[in-house]
Amino acid sequence: MRLFRFSQAGFVLGIPILWICLFMLVPYGVLLTYSFWIKKYPLFVPAFEFVNYWTVFTDGQYARVLLRTLKIASLTALSSLLLAYPFTYFLVFRLKSPTIRLVLLMAVVAPLWVSYLLRAYVWKTILGTEGILNSFLVSTGILSEPSGVFLYSQSAMVLTLTYIFIPFMVMPIYTALEKIPKNLKEASHDLGMGAWSTFIKVTLPLSMPGVIAGFTLTFCLTFGDFIAPFLVGGPDGQMIANVIASQFGSALNWPLGSALAVVMLILVLGIISLSDRFEQSGKVEM
Amino acid sequence: MAKEITRRQKRLPMLAADSGFVTFVTLVMLFLYTPIIVLVVYSFNDNRTLTWPMKGFTLSWYEKLFQNEQILQAIANSFYVATCSTFLTLLIGIPAAMALHRYHFPGKTIFRRLLLLPIALPGIVTGISMLNMFKMFGFNLNLQTVIIGHATALLAVVVTQIFARLQRLPKSLEEASADLGAGPLKTFLFITLPNIKSAIFGAGLLSFVLSFDEIPVTFFLTGRDNTLPMYIYSTMRRGVTPEINAVGSIIVLMSLILIIASVLITIRDRTWLKH
Repeated sequence: MRLFRFSQAGFVLGIPILWICLFMLVPYGVLLTYSFWIKKYPLFVPAFEFVNYWTVFTDGQYARVLLRTLKIASLTALSSLLLAYPFTYFLVFRLKSPTIRLVLLMAVVAPLWVSYLLRAYVWKTILGTEGILNSFLVSTGILSEPSGVFLYSQSAMVLTLTYIFIPFMVMPIYTALEKIPKNLKEASHDLGMGAWSTFIKVTLPLSMPGVIAGFTLTFCLTFGDFIAPFLVGGPDGQMIANVIASQFGSALNWPLGSALAVVMLILVLGIISLSDRFEQSGKVEM
Repeated sequence: MAKEITRRQKRLPMLAADSGFVTFVTLVMLFLYTPIIVLVVYSFNDNRTLTWPMKGFTLSWYEKLFQNEQILQAIANSFYVATCSTFLTLLIGIPAAMALHRYHFPGKTIFRRLLLLPIALPGIVTGISMLNMFKMFGFNLNLQTVIIGHATALLAVVVTQIFARLQRLPKSLEEASADLGAGPLKTFLFITLPNIKSAIFGAGLLSFVLSFDEIPVTFFLTGRDNTLPMYIYSTMRRGVTPEINAVGSIIVLMSLILIIASVLITIRDRTWLKH
């Protein structure tokens, strides 16, 4: 019986562990290996050199793109937060009807089911020089001629990426706010605190784990996106993922691309473990 | 009397705050749904360019769509990839969720971290590291490599959904089954599985949808065959066309059907749990 149980545990554990090793650990290992190789036209030669990493950090071109990506990702996470928090707060604390609450929550999450590519594409058709917004503004006489400011800018990217990733901000914040016992707010009111100071001293700190989780998700997902920059970013809207993708395409430098991907992997892992630590310390026993 | 007045005074700012909130929520909803409506409406516009004001109504973009063999082939490929990767990811994800739920073993924290990593990890890293591996070991890229990539990227979604359901199952159910003499396999097949059925179905539905429109992993792992999103992506290089809006509208319609299906499952499930 004991042996049987043991073999069953082996089966339940075995498949996923095997899969993780074969298709996650080995690929990451290969990625790391490749990142030390060097490109000798037209081949990639096995080596153990830090040349690629050196290039990533000293060539201003890559540092610039990396900084721009960090900036766009931060702005996207921030604007998602500014939209998602009041929205979710209203849903959880102000809305009386549970049905409407559920419907609104579903309405925010539902776009995740609609193709992500199309959700980025549609902003291109709206914001473009010959796009819907421009032709609308011209036909109503607000603009005398189509303007190029809407598309191919960093704000277009932040707008599009916020649009795409906002559900990932709403979900964790909703979970966090829903967990807050209603009587805590009542207690705070009874102790004479106003609505605003109750929010600052009670609700906001208790919802921090959700905010951090949402921030981490939207930040990381934006950080690795290459579709939105491709569609609405324009020539100087490239993000780090575009640069990586081009190393595997036209630029044809797999080792350098791998080194960039390793840097991205390490950054994402760092952000995740940092946010884990914050979340743990932010948790209040109830 | 005095009390009445203070209550009324209190209600006034509350009302103002609430109308502020309602306006805000309405704006957020407009932000989320105007683009999708624009996408669909312009698929019926009788003009090659997507501009305001709209011309007449036409179905010609849809007719063109159904005559385009590349698109039809891409749709078939996407169905094949999404079906296979959904089955595969369920096959690995269910045992993984059970292992997380039931067993304690050394390295469990790392196991969980690795399993859940793809949720926050950009698809491009998964795509590139697998591309490197397949190339290094001399595999050719085709739809099968895409399926393996999707299954890996979607594993986290399946595991979180099924794990959440397992956590909500009362332990007593499985214990009762064991007390009545059922072996672990029997308990799994007749007690655990029927209870997590709807979670499996929901997770499967979600991973099907996500696989169907996956780009970042597919981009690196596909050979000569195109999936539908890859086909759309390559058309977009040539600029915006109403055909894309037509394909998009069909995808929106399909998503809508699947969303309704998943909502129905959740509702039925909740009422069932209450009984």
